[in-house]
Amino acid sequence: MALPGERFHVLAQLEHLQSKYTGTGHADMNRHEWVVNQHRDTRAFQMSHPGMNTYIAVVENESRARTRFNLINRMIQPCGPPPEKHPLDDA
Amino acid sequence: MSRSGEAYAQELNRKRAAAQRAAADEDNDENQGNGNKVAFGAAGNFDTDVYGSVRGESRDGYLDSIGTGEEDDVDEDSMPTVQKKATNYSQPHKFIEEVAAASEDTDPFADTRTKTIAERQSKYHERAMRRQISPDRADAFVDQTPDNRNRGYAEVMRDQRYHEEKGRVERELADRAKAGELHVTREPEKKKGRWDATEAPESSENLGAASATPSQGSAPRKRLGFASLSAEAATPRAARWDETPAHSTGAADATPSVDKWSSTPAAQTPRRNRWDETPKADLNDGSMTPGWGMETPARGASDDVKIEDTPSASKRRSRWDLTPSQTPNVAAATPLHAGAQTPSFTPSHPSQTPIGAMTPGGATPIGTAAMGMKTPAPHMIPMTPEQMQIYRWEKEIDDRNRPLTDEELESLFPPGYKVLVPPMNYIPLRTPSRKLMATPTPMGGAGAGGFYMPGTPDRDGVGEKGVGGLVDTQPKNAELPPLKPDDMQYFDKLLMDVDESSLSREEKNEREIMEHLLKIKNGTPPMRKSGLRKITENARKYGAGPLFNQILPLLMSPSLEDQERHLMVKVIDRILYKLDDLVRPYVHKILVVIEPLLIDEDYYARVEGREIISNLAKAAGLATMISTMRPDIDNVDEYVRNTTARAFAVVASALGIPALLPFLKAVCKSKKSWQARHTGIKIVQQMAILMGCAVLPHLKALVEIVKDGLDDEQQKVRTITALCLAALAEASAPYGIEAFDSVLKPLWKGIRMHRGKGLAAFLKAIGYLIPLMDAEYASYYTREVMLILIREFASPDEEMKKIVLKVVKQCCATDGVEPSYIRDEVLPSFFKAFWNQRMAMDRRNYRQLVDTTVEIAQKVGCVEMIARIVDDLKDENEQYRKMVMETIENIVALQGATDIDARLEEQLIDGLLYAFQEQTQEDSVMLDGFGTICSSLGRRAKAYIPQICGTILWRLNNKSAKVRQQAADLIARIAPVMHMCEEEKMMGHMGVVLYEYLGEEYPEVLGSILGALKAICNVIGMTKMTPPIKDLLPRLTPILKNRHEKVQENCIDLVGAIADRGSEFVSAREWMRICFELLELLKAHKKSIRRAAINTFGFIAKAIGPHDVLATLLNNLKVQERQLRVCTTVAIAIVSETCAPFTVLPAIMNEYRVPEINVQNGVLKALSFMFEYIGEMAKDYIYAVVPLLIDALMERDQVHRQIAVDAVAHLAIGVYGFGCEDALIHLLNYVWPNMLENSPHLIQRWVFACEGMRVSLGPIKVMQYCLQALWHPARKVREPVWKVFNNLILGSADALIAGYPRIENTPTNQYVRYELDYVL
Repeated sequence: MALPGERFHVLAQLEHLQSKYTGTGHADMNRHEWVVNQHRDTRAFQMSHPGMNTYIAVVENESRARTRFNLINRMIQPCGPPPEKHPLDDA
Repeated sequence: MSRSGEAYAQELNRKRAAAQRAAADEDNDENQGNGNKVAFGAAGNFDTDVYGSVRGESRDGYLDSIGTGEEDDVDEDSMPTVQKKATNYSQPHKFIEEVAAASEDTDPFADTRTKTIAERQSKYHERAMRRQISPDRADAFVDQTPDNRNRGYAEVMRDQRYHEEKGRVERELADRAKAGELHVTREPEKKKGRWDATEAPESSENLGAASATPSQGSAPRKRLGFASLSAEAATPRAARWDETPAHSTGAADATPSVDKWSSTPAAQTPRRNRWDETPKADLNDGSMTPGWGMETPARGASDDVKIEDTPSASKRRSRWDLTPSQTPNVAAATPLHAGAQTPSFTPSHPSQTPIGAMTPGGATPIGTAAMGMKTPAPHMIPMTPEQMQIYRWEKEIDDRNRPLTDEELESLFPPGYKVLVPPMNYIPLRTPSRKLMATPTPMGGAGAGGFYMPGTPDRDGVGEKGVGGLVDTQPKNAELPPLKPDDMQYFDKLLMDVDESSLSREEKNEREIMEHLLKIKNGTPPMRKSGLRKITENARKYGAGPLFNQILPLLMSPSLEDQERHLMVKVIDRILYKLDDLVRPYVHKILVVIEPLLIDEDYYARVEGREIISNLAKAAGLATMISTMRPDIDNVDEYVRNTTARAFAVVASALGIPALLPFLKAVCKSKKSWQARHTGIKIVQQMAILMGCAVLPHLKALVEIVKDGLDDEQQKVRTITALCLAALAEASAPYGIEAFDSVLKPLWKGIRMHRGKGLAAFLKAIGYLIPLMDAEYASYYTREVMLILIREFASPDEEMKKIVLKVVKQCCATDGVEPSYIRDEVLPSFFKAFWNQRMAMDRRNYRQLVDTTVEIAQKVGCVEMIARIVDDLKDENEQYRKMVMETIENIVALQGATDIDARLEEQLIDGLLYAFQEQTQEDSVMLDGFGTICSSLGRRAKAYIPQICGTILWRLNNKSAKVRQQAADLIARIAPVMHMCEEEKMMGHMGVVLYEYLGEEYPEVLGSILGALKAICNVIGMTKMTPPIKDLLPRLTPILKNRHEKVQENCIDLVGAIADRGSEFVSAREWMRICFELLELLKAHKKSIRRAAINTFGFIAKAIGPHDVLATLLNNLKVQERQLRVCTTVAIAIVSETCAPFTVLPAIMNEYRVPEINVQNGVLKALSFMFEYIGEMAKDYIYAVVPLLIDALMERDQVHRQIAVDAVAHLAIGVYGFGCEDALIHLLNYVWPNMLENSPHLIQRWVFACEGMRVSLGPIKVMQYCLQALWHPARKVREPVWKVFNNLILGSADALIAGYPRIENTPTNQYVRYELDYVL
């Protein structure tokens, strides 16, 4: 059984591990960042699964390559510009 | 005590010597009456009544002592002493030596004491101490007016050149002096005149004069004379230097020169410096910047120790260490002590000496004055650790021998004694001076007051009051740890009570740093931690200067121990991060201290050193590192160059090789000094060693840089170049031969041209290059180089031998070499040159020879090699036999024994038996060899089994425990072979014999016997085992009680094996008895024993049913010891795994009702382990345990809930895919609220449980739980939930896409994911 110090360590390691990946969040995240991640996750998912890609291509009436390209492009600022930083948001 | 012991020993010695003399006299007289008495320790002689007649007739015809025939043997003195003892009983040297040693001043505990680093270091390593911590350097990157005390690159380089030239001149002078062309002239009068002008006191004048010319009194001492001579010679040159500020001249000492004396300022810098400066700087040895208060005394001290015998030196020191007012007092008062140490401690214990008159310097300046004073206050004049040690020792002896008090006498004597009145004519000594001479205690620690006989309340605690109770070593701040005597010089300021408010900011900081450092150095782990934290946090506030000024001298301290060094290095490491570029002016200082770590013998010290230097490089930047270290590259001292090269290699690995390439190119092509080229090439070599295959991308460039060194005119440069190429080739193997194309030719020419060391290096380079080549080239080059190798076989040089062996190995390993070639050309001379006893003596030679021989055997076949050495298994030298054995073992292990013919086989076994029986040393080489060879012979060993077994049985009965142990170990090794040879009967017999020896007393032997039984048991099976299991096991039960680890481990293994495969032979009652014994074994320290015990529970439960075992285990949950309970829960879990959970669950769930927290925790823990072990079997039990778990999850006790959460996690993972979602959701509802707990253990388990739920409930379900809290206003709620949510993203990001909530658009942002609305 490990010492308490190590336990802190394990949790700290977990946090470090999590922070290495994009898409993870933290307690001080705002809504915009979170939703941007969701959008990007969604589009990455749709574009990388051939079935989903075909489905969206059919709906949008585009070629699959074009759909893919569009989806990638939509990952740039998917939700528009980030909101102005509100003075009260700092806390 | 030890003193009286010593006296006793001396007396004994005297008596013995007298007795010997007497005996010798008697022998001469041929006194028949007493002739048969032999003094202890004297050489015996022969019985005259047996040999008398012979002696009388023809004395010359016979020898009265028989030589062992080994006198001529060159190896004799390197042979193990054990053998000598056996042949030589007449002279018990051991005793004589022991007594002789005891009569000298020896510390009987010297072996047990932890050695300081300085003590275990070699001469070469000690040279680190001679380097001085150089003054700060200017930071070129800071835009400021340079402080004129800070030296820039230019000044340092100028110094460097000056020293080089000085060294040259000194050498030349020395040469000329040797040749007799030079005569030293001195002008003592003139110097005296100078003295008269400056200082008055006559006594000090004499001293001063003597010290100013250290050589005066010691004309015959060549070294001293030489130093002073060089000082004279350097004077005119020094005039130029007088113009520079005193400090920077002093700073010239940064570069140590080879001679010890020349590093003292007297010899090196113009005298003006030393005498003209204020006393405070002088105390600092004159060579330092003022800030470096305390470091020089340490060095001065160590110098002092070395030169104790030169009177002039010690006098000088004493003069400077004394405060003038004390000098006369002390000299008069303590005639027994050398001046230096007496004054420093007398005044320092005002609280303990009852009369103030004894402390002349009593009015110690305190407060600001004291803090600012560079002259140490009286009680902080440092002693060298050695002096301190001697002093403490004397003090302790005196304390112990001081007169007994009345009370003590009272308690010692039975009643009835009375105190007599002294006779009328008795006049006590009343004159204090006579008194001082007369008392046995020179310092009068307690009784110094004359008639006053102090009470001695703490007679038995004499040694615990710091330095012999004389100096208070407890800092005034009571939270600080006490000082060690050696720390005095660094931390003495903490001993003074100072008013914080009266200190300036710097002083306050200095004091704070000192406190932190003391805490880190001497404190308990928590103190250390807080000290380290504080010093790190405030690093930038304190500033680099004050920090390093205190830390670095500590690291240079001669009494430093490993642990302390580690801690100080850690401090540096931490503050480096914080200080970052502030560190630049101190880079050189730090390097001087850290570089020696790079060549330390301790691996971890080397790693630490590397880390520090690499961090330093990152903090200071390449430019600073290069400009700081550049001057050291062509330092005259090889030590400095060596460490600098290593440091540069570390810098290269930290900042990247490409950054350093231009610099290296310039250095290696330096026209001016060969030292620079040498160091440059050495840097490349060290880089290769340090970075391994990371040099590959730059290999070509690196080879190009160093290749010109092969044709250098300096032999040393050529050698290092070859070594560097070897390192590069080794690092880049098996790639990169193209990069070496340009050096192949010079290398080849080189091996034909050079001899000796140079040749060795070239051969090494070629040896490492050959494996890089393809077969064709390799074969060609091998033939070429072999000729030279064979020639060098005969070289007497040890280093050459090793290299030749290595190269032979590398050559033989290549494909292109023909076996016939090796057999015919190489082998004869190889065996002639290397296979001798001498090679076995040196460990490195031994290793290399074994490796090379095994490698050759791969090429030429095992028979060829084994046949050549097999007879040596019977050699008289044990070490050599071991080497032969190891070689044969390795060869056979690699190639098998199929090639070995019957004749060789016989020889081999014969040799094996001989070597095995003759072994005296305890290691596994012989056993391993025997085992390996026998098992590779397989069935062919059958013919020899009776013989081997006979030997074993004979030796099992031996008187010596070691022999019995080896015999038992051998049985364990060869049991599989015996089985293969179908010698079951023999094994059965062995088993019975071993069984009879189970009463063995020596635990080591007993362990081996049990191991042998286990081996036999394992190969012949439980049914055929003799003695039958039903007899064997009851005999083992009491042995389980044995506390020896080896016995425990072997016994439990054997019992476990029986429980596993032969449980039916033993009654259930016996197994239960064993169960109880096993519980004790759960306490064992060794994990493997505990694990074996737990597994055995499983086997036993399987054999006799779980109920009884379980009852025992559940009872054991009530014990206090945590380790026992934990092991018991594991055992319960294992029992339920082996006997199916349904047999166990009812019982343990019932046990949960016991209203005792330990038991309930234990049950839960057992459940948790059980679910972990049974995996998907849990699906059948989940609904049964849910109520219990829910109960546990609602428990108040945090630990209880923690275990329950853990159990839920294992359960959840186990039931993945079995449709138990309803139960899991129910459990999750109880688990979820635990997220608000503070305990990190619980939080960790909770995160784990949520992970389990993610797997079996699916991520979306868990996310829905998270969504409630991700945006909670309270951070405390948000934080843990984000942890879980992040885990969801890491684990199943894709699956979450469908589950994210729909978020409405805002005027500026579009948050809805419209693609999800598409419907076709």
